[in-house]
Amino acid sequence: MTRAVTRTGRGSRGSTVSLALPWPVWVPAVVAFGLIAVPVAGLIVRTDWPNFAALVTTDAALDALWLSLKTGLTSTALCLVLGGPLALVLARSNIPGLPFLRSVVLLPLVLPPVVGGLTLLFLLGRTGPLGQLLNAWFGITVPFSTEAVVIAQTFVAMPFLVVSLEGALRTAGERYEVVAATLGASPLTALRRVTIPVVLPGLISGSVLAFARALGEFGATIAFAGNLQGTTQTLPLLIYIQSQNDLDGAVAMSLVLVVVAVLVIVATRTRDVSGVR
Amino acid sequence: MKPLSSYLRRPPEAASDGSGLAARVTTRRGGFTLDVDLRVEPGEVVAVLGPNGSGKSTLLGTLAGLYAPEDARVTLGGRVLLDSADGTAVPAHRRRVGMLSQQALLFPHLSVRDNVAFGPRCAGRPRREAAAGARRRLDDVGVGELEDRRPAELSGGQAQRVAIARALATEPELLLLDEPFAALDIDAAPAVRSVLRRLVRDTGQTTLLVTHDVVDAVVLADRLVVLAEGRIVEQGPTAEVLARPRSAFAARIAGLDLVTGVAADGGLRTPDGGTVFGAASEPVDDGEPAVAVFAPTSVAVHREHPEGSPRNVLPVRLAALEPQGQVVRLRAAAVPQGPPWADGLAADITPAAVAELGVEPGDDLWFAVKATEVSVHPRSR
Amino acid sequence: MISARRLVLTALAAAVTLGVAACGSSGGEQQQAAPARTLTISAAASLTDVYNQLKPQFEQAHPGTTVRFNFGGSDTLAQQVVQGVPTDVLATASPKTMQTAQQAGRIEGQPVTYAANSLQIAVAPGNPKQIANLQSLVGPQVTEAICQPTVPCGQATQAAERAAGVTLDPVSQDPDVRTVLQRVTTRNVDAGIVYVTDVKATNGQVQGVDFPQASAQGAGQTYPIGVVAGSQNADLGQQWIQFITGPQGDAALTQAGFQLK
Repeated sequence: MTRAVTRTGRGSRGSTVSLALPWPVWVPAVVAFGLIAVPVAGLIVRTDWPNFAALVTTDAALDALWLSLKTGLTSTALCLVLGGPLALVLARSNIPGLPFLRSVVLLPLVLPPVVGGLTLLFLLGRTGPLGQLLNAWFGITVPFSTEAVVIAQTFVAMPFLVVSLEGALRTAGERYEVVAATLGASPLTALRRVTIPVVLPGLISGSVLAFARALGEFGATIAFAGNLQGTTQTLPLLIYIQSQNDLDGAVAMSLVLVVVAVLVIVATRTRDVSGVR
Repeated sequence: MKPLSSYLRRPPEAASDGSGLAARVTTRRGGFTLDVDLRVEPGEVVAVLGPNGSGKSTLLGTLAGLYAPEDARVTLGGRVLLDSADGTAVPAHRRRVGMLSQQALLFPHLSVRDNVAFGPRCAGRPRREAAAGARRRLDDVGVGELEDRRPAELSGGQAQRVAIARALATEPELLLLDEPFAALDIDAAPAVRSVLRRLVRDTGQTTLLVTHDVVDAVVLADRLVVLAEGRIVEQGPTAEVLARPRSAFAARIAGLDLVTGVAADGGLRTPDGGTVFGAASEPVDDGEPAVAVFAPTSVAVHREHPEGSPRNVLPVRLAALEPQGQVVRLRAAAVPQGPPWADGLAADITPAAVAELGVEPGDDLWFAVKATEVSVHPRSR
Repeated sequence: MISARRLVLTALAAAVTLGVAACGSSGGEQQQAAPARTLTISAAASLTDVYNQLKPQFEQAHPGTTVRFNFGGSDTLAQQVVQGVPTDVLATASPKTMQTAQQAGRIEGQPVTYAANSLQIAVAPGNPKQIANLQSLVGPQVTEAICQPTVPCGQATQAAERAAGVTLDPVSQDPDVRTVLQRVTTRNVDAGIVYVTDVKATNGQVQGVDFPQASAQGAGQTYPIGVVAGSQNADLGQQWIQFITGPQGDAALTQAGFQLK
């Protein structure tokens, strides 16, 4: 009996009959998909397969891949730790000027990444106001360091996390938190045991977007962090440099980047669909 | 002649020690002013009835700790929850005020059992103990076998039962019910209402119910408070208010005929030994306090004893004729040899029918109601 | 297969060039409206200032002609030309990159070499770190940026390093010389190895330090220019080459710090 009902519950979700889409939707949809998929497929066709392994296992390539993964994950974690609370403030607080704050958060989406990198340089560079202080007080020079790569990636990736998380928070609404409060949950308990689990799918997809953006980040990185193998040369930087004189290598490494991104997206998507725990 | 209300339960002796809920709320929201002074005694169930926009949600929100009106004082069990005079405002999670609303709002990521154990866990109970308690609570509401389910796998009625268990698991000092059956299927509502009634009664749970469904009030509440445009326009024992509504809103929602007694085979036995034939809306044991409810529009009025059966036919004396828009309401008084509970019953008929019958106050008439038009509900004791 | 290859080439060209797409139409349809013509020139980044300065003079001398530039690293430009990006003239900063285009059959006739440039160490005005030569750049007390070895200025820098017998420890190897220069002007590095012309172009924002290995084999830079094969505006392209190697071009190049060839 119990089992039968369970099946019905699950089955009704899977067997929902969707309404037929009107035909004008299909043509642009196919074009849109093709615009994304065909060039990427072209990458596969263009790849120099016999030498693929050699091309993607050069010292520079391995260094860049490792650096990209390391900095991408670190900046995603930073986006979560800093951007998560920011999304909460944007979605739940009623401090004045929220619309203004929200549009500021979106700026990295609009700014060309190179400009983002330059603004970071103006702030944190050796002659920048914050950079001078850091240098004078702690002897820290931010540009041209792996930390600079992480900062640049976090700068461009942050809006992706904040926007998707804020959307998820708004969709979920405050009703679960209200219920939790009437059940005796302190705001922190409600955040930990109710809000975060409820918006987990949004949190995951936001993190994936942020990671993907950080992984592909180029402009802000080269402007702010420079380009040095093993320290600041991420995969996109290496690909750009390589594309100037070794297209085969550039194409092969682009494919590696694509595969990494697809793996991450697929892994999290699967989790997403299987439901939140 | 005994007044109808004498058959109904009186509210518990008003405790004058300040326990229970005392709330005085004055607030202005937009162009609307709420000005309410309300008491709920320990163990008492009070229903607040009012049309939309009468301030019910603001009142509930204030009690739950979601709004802080500019001028309010709320005490519960001797604790000051809110006092605008000195700025006291106990946060929602420390009020020990539970809430059950239209939507069950079960946490979607937790199993049914963990939903119910949530409150006790927040109160610091060990996991094992909280889970065991949750199982008991789920058995109490009749869904013990669903403890491992996810909320998405429950029907609306099941979910609301779990929500009831969850709200009561924290053993709140005050339980707020916000239209708790409004979103349920018409088939599911009576059973869930019955579960809630039993639990609230058994535990002597101090409860404030907000509803616009008079049946909820009849079934659950000792006392009725009628709210209109932000003010209390009427209050008193449920049956009394419903039998003799003094406000327009109460008259409209109360536009129902109520007969109290105990449940019996085939309907309701009145205190004088008569029977009102009808169908029970939910399982109710013989001898249990109950109320028979029917609409005045379903009452047929005759000069002579009508032929045919099975019907509820009773002699009445016409007390008053009240024009009510499209219809005329005939208000009945009891006749000396007839059932005393006929006093106050209403029948709505068309002006044409009134003219045809040629009735006047003081005339003796017969009211007839089909058994299928009468529903029998258990009522508060 | 052929169509797939074409598609791939198109996609790659688009991906590599990005901004160039907008400059792509070198004006087939514009030829009917006789005087209105657009000459598209792909030029090495180090030519930016001189070419921009000469553009109005050339347009004045050829009424109805609009000159558009596609500035970038020489390698990128040569690749674009090989991939068939529509452009009329290719002006690179090294013979090697020009050869890349030539070998692909994308250059009409013989390219002309018309200017040369040499390396200088760019430092903050007043040379606060007392930098005298390549050797003084080595070590953590002086931070420097240089060009990535795959671009001409990077190859020139490597040649100078070899001649001086030093190995630099840059904090960044940048994809073009302007990025190196920007790091010096923003004072984020103490020194950068750039060309004389780049130092001159900053109008005193940086100071140039000459060093002996700047004239070593391979450290210098020569500037070839040629008309792209199949250009609809080959005649105009030839006129630009004559103009750039003529008196007006010479004057502008000299003023910018180039040596004439």
